[in-house]
Amino acid sequence: MIKDITLGQFFPGKSILHKMDPRIKIIITILFIVEIFIAKTLWALLAISVFTFLLIIIGRIPLRTIVNAIKPLWMIILFTSVLNVFFNTEGKLLVEWYFIKIYSGGLLMALFISVRILLLILATSVLLSFTTSPIALTDGLETLLMPLSHIGVPVHDFAMMLTIALRFIPILIEETDKIISAQKARGADFETGSLINKAKALIPIFIPLFVSSIRHADDLATAMECRCYTGGKGRTRMNKLKTKYYDFLMLALIAAFGAAVIFINIYGGGFSI
Amino acid sequence: MSCEDIIIDAQGVRFSYRAGEDEAPAPEILHGINIKIKRGEFMAVLGHNGSGKSTLAKHFNSILLPSEGKVTVDGMDSADEDAIYDIRQKVGMVFQNPDNQIVATIVEEDVAFAPENLGVEPEEIRRRVDDALKAVRMYDAREKAPHQLSGGQKQRVAIAGIIAMQPDCIVLDEPTAMLDPRGRKEVMKTIRRLNRENGITVVLITHYMDEAAMCDRVAVVDGGKLIMDGTPKEVFSRVEELKSVGLDVPQVTELVFGLRKEGYDLPCDIISVEECVDALRELLEEGKK
Repeated sequence: MIKDITLGQFFPGKSILHKMDPRIKIIITILFIVEIFIAKTLWALLAISVFTFLLIIIGRIPLRTIVNAIKPLWMIILFTSVLNVFFNTEGKLLVEWYFIKIYSGGLLMALFISVRILLLILATSVLLSFTTSPIALTDGLETLLMPLSHIGVPVHDFAMMLTIALRFIPILIEETDKIISAQKARGADFETGSLINKAKALIPIFIPLFVSSIRHADDLATAMECRCYTGGKGRTRMNKLKTKYYDFLMLALIAAFGAAVIFINIYGGGFSI
Repeated sequence: MSCEDIIIDAQGVRFSYRAGEDEAPAPEILHGINIKIKRGEFMAVLGHNGSGKSTLAKHFNSILLPSEGKVTVDGMDSADEDAIYDIRQKVGMVFQNPDNQIVATIVEEDVAFAPENLGVEPEEIRRRVDDALKAVRMYDAREKAPHQLSGGQKQRVAIAGIIAMQPDCIVLDEPTAMLDPRGRKEVMKTIRRLNRENGITVVLITHYMDEAAMCDRVAVVDGGKLIMDGTPKEVFSRVEELKSVGLDVPQVTELVFGLRKEGYDLPCDIISVEECVDALRELLEEGKK
């Protein structure tokens, strides 16, 4: 049933985006998000949209995946758009009908915010979650945050916890499946009744799941001790992260693009906010 | 026998879990066990649930320390804090549930876990990981995720994860208990090959008689005591004693035991199907004459 879900939506592939150093990818994602938010004119936003579209093509992400990624967003987009259209009072008054007043500023703001939300999700998906394996992502995060360990932040421990959590998701999903079947076989009813009853029906699922998680954790801890795990100190890595020429190329490209966005903001004209 | 041939030496090992201050003292689980394990040996430790066999196994690599008595691993005292990681590197341990031993989300990353912990150089880790995966015949699955593998395959990956530490000895605590017959066969074949070809000492904790019958030596633990220790033939010929502690004997031994009781003249130390077939054929041919 729920066993087939893909972890973190990662799609294995061989594009440049897949091969890039996860550290650089995290950095350029942050840069790109900043660029999305400093784009103040319509032209700048359009340029970013085109760039995002190019990234999707470079990463060879199937269109259906893209559609699935942005589908759940329509509620948020609708909500923020409605708020902006009806309650923003900047710009020219366009429509006045009883108590409803729509201003040009509101419409523009609604459009800007909708596009920004879309770009935000698309860019982070394409740059990170679709093209980076969970393990590369945790590795990248660990090395990037390493300087924080000097001020006492247990960076390695957090990264290890994240890896183990990712590792145990499929196991716990499988177990949840089994527990649900077992409880159903004993006559448990998960479908009918009020919301409160349905929530109560989940208790006999969560308690066994919780108990078995603790058991897993205990066993895993012993197994890790047997394999001489002592935390991050003195640990080496088999696959060291390597930064190649295309990583710097991409970084330079995104940085240059940021400069371009600022330039368009100032001299490009077009509607702005 | 010189003492260098002994890899694990347990002397008068008693063990009870430490009780809290206000609690009644915890019951003793091991009541003074003496056992010596020779280098290169393939040994089974038999016992039913709660006999203390897993507790004993955890003494072999300092996961548990004896309350009384002493365990020596390759000359190092298991209670010595400074030697603890040397001991664990020398004596690897594989557990029942393969899922609870695999740490990483990719097979080869998991096999690399132990050498990474030991601070081995990256190129050396790569070499050890490849060798370990080849030794358990899982090299082709090196880039897969653990949840895509069968139980037997996962257990072999867990074994590879231990071999990558280059241990002298592997202790396996009921490694086949959660596997289907096919997975069980795969794992047993792997263990035997590691013992014969790579010369790794194997201590197999089990309650399957057929697995124990394949070993060089069988020790039987009951109620926290070592009650038998010898070759499979010696141990399994004591059918009644084994039954009295709630253990079975291999099916063929049981058959021969029944026939002997009925007065047929058969040897009492039969543990394999081939032996049994030969003995019965001889008996039938004699009968014809």
